[in-house]
This record gives sequence, structure tokens and C-alpha cells, in this order.
Amino acid sequence: MTLPLPIVGETNPKLRAAGAYLQHAATEAVTNFPNAFPPQRTEVPQPMDANDRKQIMGFFTDTTLCIGCKACEVACKQWNQLPADGNNFTGHSYDNTGHVSATTWRHVAFKEKMAEETQDGVSTSRWLMMSDVCKHCESAPCQHACPTGAIIYNQFGDVYVQNDICNGCGYCVVACPFGVIGRADTPHDDGHAHKCTLCMDRQEDGLTPACAKSCPTASIQFGPIDDLRAAARQREKDLHGRGNDKAYLYGCDSVGDYGPLNAFFVLEDHPNEYNLPVNPPQPFKGQTKRYLAGLAVGAALTAVGALLFGDTKRGGRRG
Amino acid sequence: MPGLGASFGRGAATNYTQDLANSDCILIMGSNMAEAHPVGFRWPMKAREKGATLIHVDPRFSRTSASCNMHVGIRTGTDIAFLGGLINYVLTQEKWFKDFVLPFTNASTIIAEGFEDTEDLEGIFSGYDKHGHKYDSGGGRWMYEGSPADAETKDDSRGERHPPKQGPGGIGSQNSGEREDGDASGEGGHGLQGGASAHKSKRSASTCHNPNKDETLQHPRCVMQLLRKHFARYTPQMVADVTGCKPEELIRVAELLIANSGRERTSAIVYAVGWTQHSTGPQIIRAAGILQQLLGNVGRPGGMIMAMRGHCSIQGSTDIPTLYDLLPGYLPQPSADKNHDTLDSYVEYEGLPTGYWANTKKFIVSLLKAYYGNAATKENDYRFKWLPHIDGDHSLMPFFKRMTEGEVEGYFIFGQNPAAGAPNSGMHRAGLRQLKWLVVADWFETETATFWKNDPKGPKPHEIGTEVFFIPAASIAAKEGTFTNTQRLIQWHDKAVDPDGDSRSDLWFLWNLGRRLKAMYAGSEKPQDQAIQHLTWDYAYDEHPRLPDGSLSTVADEPDAEKVLQEINGYFTNQNAPERPEKPKLLSGFAECADDGSTACGGWIYSGIYPNYDRNRARERKTGVNPLHPDWAYAWPNNRRVLYNRASADADGKPWSERKKLIWWDETAGKWVGYDEPDFEPTKAPSYRPPEGARGMAAIAGDKPFILKPDGQSGLFSPDMKDGPLPTHYEPAESPVPNLIYPLQNDSPGVRYFEGPMNLIDHVPSQEHPIVACTFRVTEHYLSGPMSRFNSWLNELMPAMFVEISPELAAEKSIDHGGWMTVKSARGTIEARAMVTRRMRPLKHGDRTVHQIGIPFHWSFAGESVGDTANDLVAMSAEPNVSIQEDKSFAVDVWAGRTHASNQTPTQPYTRWPTTMRSPGSPKSAQPEGQMQRRKDDE
Repeated sequence: MTLPLPIVGETNPKLRAAGAYLQHAATEAVTNFPNAFPPQRTEVPQPMDANDRKQIMGFFTDTTLCIGCKACEVACKQWNQLPADGNNFTGHSYDNTGHVSATTWRHVAFKEKMAEETQDGVSTSRWLMMSDVCKHCESAPCQHACPTGAIIYNQFGDVYVQNDICNGCGYCVVACPFGVIGRADTPHDDGHAHKCTLCMDRQEDGLTPACAKSCPTASIQFGPIDDLRAAARQREKDLHGRGNDKAYLYGCDSVGDYGPLNAFFVLEDHPNEYNLPVNPPQPFKGQTKRYLAGLAVGAALTAVGALLFGDTKRGGRRG
Repeated sequence: MPGLGASFGRGAATNYTQDLANSDCILIMGSNMAEAHPVGFRWPMKAREKGATLIHVDPRFSRTSASCNMHVGIRTGTDIAFLGGLINYVLTQEKWFKDFVLPFTNASTIIAEGFEDTEDLEGIFSGYDKHGHKYDSGGGRWMYEGSPADAETKDDSRGERHPPKQGPGGIGSQNSGEREDGDASGEGGHGLQGGASAHKSKRSASTCHNPNKDETLQHPRCVMQLLRKHFARYTPQMVADVTGCKPEELIRVAELLIANSGRERTSAIVYAVGWTQHSTGPQIIRAAGILQQLLGNVGRPGGMIMAMRGHCSIQGSTDIPTLYDLLPGYLPQPSADKNHDTLDSYVEYEGLPTGYWANTKKFIVSLLKAYYGNAATKENDYRFKWLPHIDGDHSLMPFFKRMTEGEVEGYFIFGQNPAAGAPNSGMHRAGLRQLKWLVVADWFETETATFWKNDPKGPKPHEIGTEVFFIPAASIAAKEGTFTNTQRLIQWHDKAVDPDGDSRSDLWFLWNLGRRLKAMYAGSEKPQDQAIQHLTWDYAYDEHPRLPDGSLSTVADEPDAEKVLQEINGYFTNQNAPERPEKPKLLSGFAECADDGSTACGGWIYSGIYPNYDRNRARERKTGVNPLHPDWAYAWPNNRRVLYNRASADADGKPWSERKKLIWWDETAGKWVGYDEPDFEPTKAPSYRPPEGARGMAAIAGDKPFILKPDGQSGLFSPDMKDGPLPTHYEPAESPVPNLIYPLQNDSPGVRYFEGPMNLIDHVPSQEHPIVACTFRVTEHYLSGPMSRFNSWLNELMPAMFVEISPELAAEKSIDHGGWMTVKSARGTIEARAMVTRRMRPLKHGDRTVHQIGIPFHWSFAGESVGDTANDLVAMSAEPNVSIQEDKSFAVDVWAGRTHASNQTPTQPYTRWPTTMRSPGSPKSAQPEGQMQRRKDDE
């Protein structure tokens, strides 16, 4: 594979030599480190046999059953030995951990929707609660973005950060459309990216992930992904049949460019209420077009600059 | 819980928690079940998924409200008004369950002539002594017409006798649920069933098995007519004015309950300390009992009153009590003030000629044999005199009051935190400062252990003379023993690991303390030391104990908890066990207890839990097809899971419906059959009628399910309460508004107030404290925080003391969301962060707007997350039946800003733990759960 020669020093031999070197280096870099430039999907050997869908495990979080007890948060921190984030009173309803982060892999969101009006003498007030977690996307942008190949799909089909390979570059952090993955950045920490492992170590021992195990109301369910998807579709149908028209099946199927999630949700209301993107952007879709457009704009600007300034200089010398 | 005892006979939750999944409608009131009992809440959620309607009636919109189909906001302390409104609606709409009410309740019983209702006397019942602030139910003629007490008071020949306890209990427990921190016991409240009675005639004499009745329910003094008259004022509009809900909300709740009761459907009521911790607490539970009787929701699958306990094993702490006035199995502690000089006079005085308590002598003799072994013989009265005789009220609040007066020298505290968890905890800390010595056994240095150095409101450490000994206690995983939960289920837990460092189990501490005391008194010849010398105290392991992994325990002198349970179960003193010839034979149930010294039994109601040395039934964990799972641990009495389950069949013994069947009469077999152990004589036919002059159980007819009541019928009207036979709405002791229902009687008659400079109470609506406050709980913390505020994983979830207020109140007082605010009551002042939320809303009281605030009681000055103590605001007052304090309703004022005194720092600095993020993944099977899995795989 050879990259096109950059538009530098067509005439000057020194520049031409430098250009040739750059061409060689870039080609080398792209060949040896395929994700470095321009970013593209890493071809990482997948431990899982992609055809064996029975092995793919995931979460189905049913927020209509969530009572906001946060047992999942504590169980997750205990099993994974994650540090506490400190005593910060946010005043944001009962949510004091704020968001999913490198040290908080399960997070319960609280949304107060209090209404004055009543319906048949019943107040329509609601307090929405939702246990959020890494979505374990079937086509995960963080995994695309990872330049070192640290992020893989493990044998259970879940997105997993190999901590010894992660170099802490943080590309995955900006790539995730859900803001799930984070870098442990305090001076005590390793500076690497961390997120939910779907309790890979527990799964290897045949155990249910800690959060699902601790959930008292079975709001968090764990199992083979196809079974869960069937259960979730049925659940959505049941809820609609019961008159809960707003019930929303989130992430069970592809939306636009974005593939299905292996940790998906039945929401009690529209995803916007939970700060979830309705159409999560897939950062690498249209990437080539955007790069080409960028190059074209660069070239055009160079040309414009050359026209504006180059001519004047030359003209000046003549003059 | 005398509220339940007076209605049904036993003061325990009627069904098991899992049974909530079988309900068609669940009214949760006085309970924040989703937050305080999140694991138990899975059953209401299951019911909701099956189509049941969940209703939450509560001052606050909490996480429980969010999970229910409907929330109704009421002002705290107005529960009786709301329930009264429901009762009134059911009666006026004639929706009560006639086939259930007529045979099973005392609706047709006629009350003695001369009884006067609150309707006649504008807010009080007859028999009230205005100067003594208490009722005389005999003088008030609250008894059944035709009962012995009726005859006596007619002749006015009653003498001064002991206050009776209601019902032949034994199978009853009482007020444990009320006591969040295991505190607040009280005078007289701890009788059998807790059904303390105000009248002075003999026990149960105010009721009898054959009172005068009017089956047509037309007699003006029959219970049904009294009930209609008493609740006539509780119209939807009146209820709305008092409670602040809307009239249509009340009607909607009533319609839902009615629609989900009857033959085919059942409704449940769930309550917790949101009901009990009121000056009218037991009467609120009575009101719920009346409603459930009228709707026929007792003793049936999904039809129940579920009492959620405030603390782990609270039920156990009254069964085998830690109370000053009870012996194990609800036998009264001998008293110096009563005729308890000899065993025989005690038995004559406390026993009953009929029912279970006819066996009182068997139980007390077996207990004495268990205590004193061979030293107790028939000749020496089984050493009855060695039992300490109480000489006054030594319950928590009066005791601490005496402590503040310097009358107490030393104190042991296990697993309790009065310095932050008791009502008016500032006064409790003042009491602790007067002690000479204090021993605190706990996991962490709680407020009670550090009050001498860390109390921001207390004096300097050098001004305090108390010597405090802190004993590190073993955690739950490092000791073995039992828990008795709200459904009377006794579950054994094994020891998984040895305790850390010098930590020891409470059992280790007490056993070794006893051994040292015995050694100290060994040579004494004083008669008062003989009890300690002869106390049976041989609980040492036969061989050194091993941990589950097979290694030897590193703890020396740990007693064998199973030996303690065996002694509680009881044994024959004259027979050896076939399976262990060197040991005495164990009893197979309390029916084997004898009064001739041939049996020893440490807690007769648990008897049968250890029927032989190879079978600890509390340790069994078998599940099967039976939905009641009778082989999962052991429920007392006699492994019955649903109390009064005779009521699950109609008067003829047939199930009310196929859908709601539990036990029924099998005519061919001649016995009661079904899923549960019958809570009834197993072969007594529904058609059985007692012969003239029958005594004991023979006096209970075959269609009377409440076998602990003398008439076998549940009590719509009950003479066994100290503050009135029917529940009546009174305002809380501290209320900024007057009583709209009975303007002449504002607060509940008979409440005791421990008033003094440290415990001031605003009796009349005051301008100084115009806001209503209640305390509450969040999932993230436990009680006053000794087990949660030292854990950074829990602290980060709920990191600071806060107060929930409505936006309207915040605007009025210029309080910022998230900013500091101050709350003041007549007892104290605290500061907190303001949580301004629409979940709190101002309520209408008549034409006036009343503001309400919610204060979590989890914070205090010790630990990693510290804050001011909510219980500093609460008054010490004692409800007349059980001496419970009024935590859930008091008057305060609020303003923006901090108090000058507060500058607290955590006693345990915040530690980031684990200190660094490491690579996830633990060694395979690092935790016991994994080991179990591996073992299963190996098999």
C-alpha cells in the first residue's frame, strides 16, 4: 500500500526527498498501525465465533421495574473494586454520582416529572429511574477508535477493554455516543480507559453479573441476547397493551446507521427524558467522505492562498 | 403491636411477605417500602405485574410512590382520618363483606349499657380520668354485654387488680416493629400480644365467649351500629379538609379496595414505622384492622395486614426478648408490685383457666429448669425467687431520663445508637455524659461511642467523666445464629470467616462475661449470688469449631450457638436422645412441656425448631411445589405461615373461591387440609358448636377463626386498648393546626410526655413552629447510619444531610436549592442542605395552607459522612399502649442559612478505597459465591 505523495516540494530536491520519506513513513504507519491514520476499523481477532449467537450475552434493563435502590451501583463497585467518587451533594434529585464514568460503571438516573393535574382522581406525577450502563454495542465506536487494539469483543460478545494494552489515549472516550467509557485520570489511577466488563470474570465462572444478581425487582436481566430481545419486544407490547403508550424499546434494534445494543432498555418514556440519544451517531460512518472533504477544503484553501499571496510576491519581485 | 393484637389476637403480621404477590390491591401507608425494604418490595412489584393496583398514601412522594399506580399525599399524622374515611365509605355504601363479617367478627356483639362514644362526649370515650390523663375502661363500660366485667361493674364491686393482658397469646408478639433502633419500650406495653388494657378487672373479663348478640345488627349498642355512628363524621369532604387530600382521591382508593375484595379477590395493607411512631400509632393499626375485617381480607392469600419491621430480627428480640418486662415466649417478667411472690401465685395471677395460657405453669417451670438446671426442683419452687423482680418502668425513655438525673452508673449498649437514633437524642447524649462507665460493642465507633469527644453540641472532653469502653463486634459473616423476621420465620445463618482482629460476636462477649461473673461469685455464700452460681452456662463447643473451608477457627472460647438454640427448643431432663445417648432428648414441640420439672425449655414458642440433634429446622432451605415453602426455615408457632388461616374458608369450611383457597375442611377425612398448617384445631368441624359451660379451646365454635380471642371472633370493637375501643382522629402532640373532627379534644388522651427543660413540647398550635415535619429513610443509608456512613460506596450515593421542602416554602423562606437551611423545633436546631422538590407540596387544612418538610434521620457526627442529627428535633413522648415516641410528626420552623455552631469534620476521614483503579478481573472464584458455583460444577 502506498499513499499519494503529499503536495509538497514538487521541484525542490530536498523537499522531494523529505516528501518521499514522509510518504514512506505514512505508508509504514498505516500498514503497521492500521488505526493511526486515518482512523478506521481495527481488524482485531475476535475470540468469539461470530456465527454462534447463543454465546452472546447481554443486559435487558426494564426501567418500568426499577425502584431506584442503587443496589446495582454498589454491587458493581464492590465486585469490581471500583473506588468511590467522593461525597458530592449534587442536589440533582437522588442522583449524586452524576453519570457513568471510569469509576462508576452502573449509574441510576433520577428524573422528577411532577404534575399538578390529575386523571380520574389520580395524580399523573412520576419519578423516572433508570439504571444506566455500557451499551455493549454490536458495532462499538470505542472499539473502532482504539488505536492499540485494547478494546475487543470478548468470548461473550461484549465490548471489553484490555487494560494492559490500553495506552490511555482517550480516543474511545470521545468516540462513545453515550458517554459511557471514561479515563481514570486522578493521580492515584493508571490513566487508562475503564468501563463495564459485563462482569466477564463472573461470566467465566458461570455467574450472573453483579448488578443483575443484586437487582431486587428483576429490572436488570441478564442472558443470551436473542432471548432477551424477544422478552423485551414482548414486554413493550404488554406495556402498550396495558395503556402505557409511552413505553419505549431502546437499543433493541438498529437505528439508522447505528447497530443494535447488547445492553438495551425498555424505557418508561421518550429517551430524551433519560438523556439518551434517539439516533446515536456512528462516528465512523461517512468518515471517508469527511476526510476527502477535509482534504479538498485544504487543497482549495492552499490554492486560494497561493493565488492571493503567491502572485503578489512574484509580481513584487518582478516589479 | 397491640393494634393487631386487639383486633385479631396476635400482635404479629398476619401473612408472609411473599404472599403480597397474591394480592389484587395493595395499600401501602405509613411505609416507604421500596426504599426501606427494597428486597421485600419485589413482591408488591410482582403483584403489580400480575395486574394488581398499588396505592401509596404518604406525606411525601417517594420512590415507593413512583413504583405505585397511585399516590395520595396527606398531612403526616392524619392516617386515622383517612382510614376512617375509607371505613365510613365502605359502611355507607354497604360494601362490606357480609358472609365474612357476620360469622368471623364481633359486629353483632352488644356492648354494655353505659358505654359512650366520642360522638356522645365530643372527642373522648366514657371512662376518661381528666386529671390522671388515662381511661378506666371498666368505669367507661367498654366491655361486652354479658361479660364478667359487665356484671362486676354493674355491682361496682371491682377491686384493684393487675392490668390484664389481652388474649391467650403465646402465639403473639408485639410492638417490635415500632422501634426503629430497638429503643422505646415501655410501661405495660409488653404484655402477651402487647394488648395492654386500661381496665382493672381480670384479664379477658371484658370479653367472653358468649356475649349478648344481635345477628340482625339492628341493636343500637351492637358493634356494627356503634361503628357506623363513630365513623359518621369521616365524610370525604371532612377527610379532605383534615388530611389535605382531595375528596375524589379518597373515594378512588375506597372504590379500588372494594373492587378488589370479596370472594374472588383480596387486598393487602402494608405499614411500617410511619404508622407506629405516632401518638396514635397502635390506633392507626386498629383502623386498618377494622377496614380489613369489613372487607374480609384477613387470613386469606393476599389478604393481610403486613407489618414491615424497622430493624433486622426485631421480631426475635421480643420472642426471646431483650425487654425489661418480658421473659422468653411472652411470659411476663415477675414484678415486685404484683402478687408474684411464689411460683404458684405468679401462675395464678398471670395464667388463664382457658386457652393456651392454661399452660403457663408448664412454660415457666420449663424455663426455670432451662435457667437453673438441677438446682431447680419442685421442693424449692423451681427457684422462682431467683428471677429478678422488676420494680418500675425501666424502658428506654424513662431510663434515659433517670440517666440525665445521674441515677444510672453504667450501661452496656450492643448494636444500638441512642446518641443519634433515639428520640430527642440530645437528651440521650446528656444522659450518657452522666454515666460512670459505658460499654459499646459495635462495628464502628458510632456516635454513642464517640459522644465524649465528637459531639459538636456537647461540652469539652475533659468536662465529661464517663469512661467509655469500645468493644469491636464481629460482623454478620463472622458469627452464626438466627434471624427472626417479620413473618415469624426463624432463619439460621452460618459463620463464613473468622472475625477481623479482636472483634468478637456478641454471643462470645456475653458468654465470657457470664463465665467471668460466675468465677467471681464462685465462692460467695450470699443468697443473692446463688442465681449466678447455678445458672446453666455450658455452651462450649464439644470440639473446636471449623470454618466452612475445613480449617480450624482461630477464635478461642467461642460458644456454640446451636447449643443455645437447642436449649431454646427444650429437652427432657430425664431422657436421653436415641441419636446421641450422651445427651438429653430434645423436645419435638411445646406440647411436650411439663410442669413437673421433667422438661427444660428456654423459649417455648420456638419449641420444635430443633426436634433432634441432626435437624436444625431453621437451617433448612428446601423449596418445593407448595407456594408457601413450608420446608424453608421454621416459622413459629408450629410452622404456620398464615395466621388465622381458618378464615380462608367460609363459615361452612369451603374455600371462598378457587382462586383464593388456602385451607379447607375435608369432610371425608374429617380434618382441615390445604397448603398451610391450619391455625385451628385440625379436626374441629365447621359445624362444631360449644356445649354449655365449655372451657378452653372447646369454647371456640367451628366457624370462629380467631382462636386467641375468647369468642373466636376478630374485634371490630376492642376493649383492650388503653386509649379507646375505636380509633379516633387526634392531631399529633405537636401540630400547627387544630383538630377539625373533634375541636374540643386536640391531641390523643393518655399520651405521656417526659417534659422538662431538655424536652419542651408545643402542645397547642404555635406561631413559633408553624411547619409540619416528619422523618424518613432513604435506601442508601441504614437507621442512624452506624452501618452505612462508614462506607464510602454508600456515602457517595447519599453524601450529605438534607431536608426536602416544597418550592413554595423555599420561595417563602428564600431558601436555595442545594444551599444550607436551618430547622428548629422546641428541642433543638439542626442545619442541612435544602432539597427543593415538587415531590413535597403544601397541603390545604380547611382554608389554610400547611407546609410539610421531610427530614432523613440517617446523619450524625461520627463517620465518613457527617451532618446534624434529625432526632435532636424529636420529642420524648410515650403513646399509652406501647410507649412509642412520635418521630413522624412534629412542629418546626425553617430558615435559610447555617447554624453558628456547626463546623463538623468527619470522624473518619474520607478515604478513597480502593485507592487505585486496577485491572478488573479477580482470581477465579475469589468469593464464596464462586466457590459454591465451582462445587456445584464439580458435582
